[in-house]
Amino acid sequence: MNRNLRREIVEKIDDSAQVKGRSLWQDARRRLFRNKAAVTSIVILSIITLLAILAPWLSPWAYDEPNWEYDFPGSPNAQYHHWFGTDANGRDLFVRTLYGARVSLMVGMLATAVSLIIGVTYGATAGYIGGRVDNVMMRIVDILYSLPFMFFVILLMVLFGRNIFLIFIALGAVEWLTMARIVRGQTLSIKKKEYIEAAEAVGVKHSVIIRRHIIPNTLGPVIVYMTLTIPEVILTESFLSFLGLGVQEPLTSWGVLISEGAQQMESASWLLIFPAVFLALTLFCFNFIGDGIRDALDPKDR
Amino acid sequence: MFSLLVRRLLSAVPTILIVITIAFFMMRAAPGGPFDKEKLLPPEIEANILRVYNLDKPLYQQYVDYLKNILKGDFGPSYKYRDFTVNDLIASGIRVSFKLGIYAMLVAVTFGVTAGTIAALKQNSRFDYVVMGMAMTGIAIPNFVMAPLLTLIFGIYLSWLPVAGWNNGAFENMLLPVLALALPRVAYIARLTRGSMVEIIHSNFIRTARAKGLREKIVIVRHALKASLLPVVSYLGPATTYVITGSVVIESIFDVPGIGRYFIHGALNRDYPVVMGVVIFFCIIIVTVNLIVDLIYGFLDPKMKVE
Amino acid sequence: MPLLDVKNLTTRFDTYDGEVCAVNAINLSIEKGECIGVVGESGSGKTQVFLSIMGLLAKNGKSEGKVEFQGRQILGINTKELNKIRGVHMSMIFQDPMTSLNPYLRISRQMTEVLVEHKGYNKRKAQQRAIEMLKLVGFSEAEKRFHMYPHMYSGGMRQRAMIAMSLLCQPALLIADEPTTALDVTVQAQILELMARLGNQFNMATVLITHDLGVIAGLCDRVIVMYAGRIVEQAPVRDLFNTPEHPYTQGLLCSIARIDSDDSKLNTIIGQPPDLQALAPGCAFYPRCGYSMDICRCELPELAAIDPNRKKACHLEKLR
Repeated sequence: MNRNLRREIVEKIDDSAQVKGRSLWQDARRRLFRNKAAVTSIVILSIITLLAILAPWLSPWAYDEPNWEYDFPGSPNAQYHHWFGTDANGRDLFVRTLYGARVSLMVGMLATAVSLIIGVTYGATAGYIGGRVDNVMMRIVDILYSLPFMFFVILLMVLFGRNIFLIFIALGAVEWLTMARIVRGQTLSIKKKEYIEAAEAVGVKHSVIIRRHIIPNTLGPVIVYMTLTIPEVILTESFLSFLGLGVQEPLTSWGVLISEGAQQMESASWLLIFPAVFLALTLFCFNFIGDGIRDALDPKDR
Repeated sequence: MFSLLVRRLLSAVPTILIVITIAFFMMRAAPGGPFDKEKLLPPEIEANILRVYNLDKPLYQQYVDYLKNILKGDFGPSYKYRDFTVNDLIASGIRVSFKLGIYAMLVAVTFGVTAGTIAALKQNSRFDYVVMGMAMTGIAIPNFVMAPLLTLIFGIYLSWLPVAGWNNGAFENMLLPVLALALPRVAYIARLTRGSMVEIIHSNFIRTARAKGLREKIVIVRHALKASLLPVVSYLGPATTYVITGSVVIESIFDVPGIGRYFIHGALNRDYPVVMGVVIFFCIIIVTVNLIVDLIYGFLDPKMKVE
Repeated sequence: MPLLDVKNLTTRFDTYDGEVCAVNAINLSIEKGECIGVVGESGSGKTQVFLSIMGLLAKNGKSEGKVEFQGRQILGINTKELNKIRGVHMSMIFQDPMTSLNPYLRISRQMTEVLVEHKGYNKRKAQQRAIEMLKLVGFSEAEKRFHMYPHMYSGGMRQRAMIAMSLLCQPALLIADEPTTALDVTVQAQILELMARLGNQFNMATVLITHDLGVIAGLCDRVIVMYAGRIVEQAPVRDLFNTPEHPYTQGLLCSIARIDSDDSKLNTIIGQPPDLQALAPGCAFYPRCGYSMDICRCELPELAAIDPNRKKACHLEKLR
């Protein structure tokens, strides 16, 4: 065969390969943005976050000051700018709901960050060292896994006071278990992959292998699990607050508001409905985004 | 099979021990004693109280005593309900809580598996989308929101069902608590079943079954269903944990006289022995259920049988 | 009348990124008792042709054309009718015997259910027949292993069990999709030998789908070479190996590693198989072909007879 012709063909193919080549992440992003539910969720969640950040400037009312001129509790009223009505203490529910959003979102993010740090470190260590150490470490996770952690968090709240930072730590400490399992499994399976062996065979440094192959490949599942942990944590915090064991007055969270609303739902249903809608909407969005990212990263026939 | 049982038992016992230990030392490490409000008591009376509640001995002795008592099935006296022991409280609530939990689990598994299977078989049909949409809703709306909403709709607006109370487990009284407790689990199990069913249907061995010319009914029931239910079986453990946790809040909302209600009262009143007793009691149940689930799983999965 | 006659078979898949045409207007026929090899790279559509025929396509796949089996149109008939043929007159075995056998059912169950379903045997008779069949495919201690689960077998045993299962009703056609790819080399030879023996014994037509020309050389009478969803060459096995007529076939033959050759370098076909979504109007092999001419770029070569026994789809008069 003509040598020049061959080269020409190779170049042609290389060209076309470059034009068409997309990285996994670009591909995933494209698929994610084609997922309507996920995109809608991202938009809604951004709006809620923005509202939460801008809460003090969006309403003339403060979150802890009652409106003495209006009903206790009062139904939604545009004249006083009580768009969501007021609670039993005459405080504006719109502002309180947004302040609740601040607490819920912050708890969600911080506790998830805590779980991420513990989980990734623990999981990667176990997976990377492997062998007996891995065995023992995962056995510990298994045992902790079978404990009903919610009760320990409750116990913690009962015994050491209802402190918001304690909530961060307690929830983060609960959620790291699954993260550790995921990271460890991923690390183990990547370690065995041919391309790692190939990289080792041609003498690529350990640190480069970890940075270029292992971390990017654990990233997918970790991100997916992170987006699913945030709603889990928000839910748990709301659960504790609902029971009266979480955030304390005058600070508020969706759980507290829902609990107050539930007590008065016969006379003032708006007190229940608005915070409940916000909470459910947020949880919805995070779940959709998590599912969307998972499908985008792992496009199976669904 | 037998070795599996032994191994699981061997890991269940330390788990319970860890629970008791953590709970005990957390309680003793907590700032402020249980009788802070009664500080002005004369010293001899206080000493008397401490002796009654076994608080005057060294810490390790207290721990050993507590362990011994739990082994005997004695969770000690309540701090608040002076005339009751923790055992009395648990005993008075257990039947109600048990009934609530069992019904919730039955509802969750029955409806979840059915809906998930049909959705998987009619993948991407309208039924599939409706079920998965509802499942998403069920997962996103936590039971402490679901419960008041259900009450608001069926109890207050429509006035079909009682808002609260147990009434000795009458059907109308039980319906809302059971539903509120079960719905998030129905949703989760439906999604789980659908997911694994879809995966199994696309697997090679189902293709083989079809290549063998078997009827679709046999392909699904004999070849696909068993495999796709394994994840559901292993989820029964966590589901039990969720249901027990959820029962605490559901019992409070619907004013159901179960263990969970005492637990919340205890938690809010810092009634340590009640809180700890209930936590340990729940843990024992959860660990036991997990043990049973593991054994069932080992029985169903042929790969586990050999080991 | 040929046993299987396929005319103008086209199979398309609806995917996330658009429609993919995996099989493109294929014609082929198989005679009774004949052994045919189907060769091609992964993605050439060789498996999809036969999954279409068996009605086993994934849900997003659709096929059209005419498939006549024993004189009867079977493409697109309902599952109930199809199930009177699948596993009875026409069987298929797959690449990975580990995942192709149901891990949750005993081999005994997986075998007897075929006989119960199609022949109406009772349990005892079905078991007897199934054990006979296991012995026939070379199972030692068949009675003892009959009640085991697939994971307790070795890879070779699994594929033997798979073959036994597919032959229970003595089909007229056995389609084997890369039956030895997942197995050790020594086991590969045993399985191929077994298939050849059973094919003769039952006077059964066999289709061997593979990417390994070496497998075909020893076993098949006739070879079909596929590229990008089309047949590019069709010839008796001896002729194909001696005088390949299509540049792609030539490339495939050159890329077999041989110990008896002095050439230390392994020849490969440069480039990648084409993207099935963006097929150019001309010959699909054009970008990789060392003999390409202007006409190849714009005009699709027809599959045409070059002598009574063989066909090829190439504009080139004579390859040399």
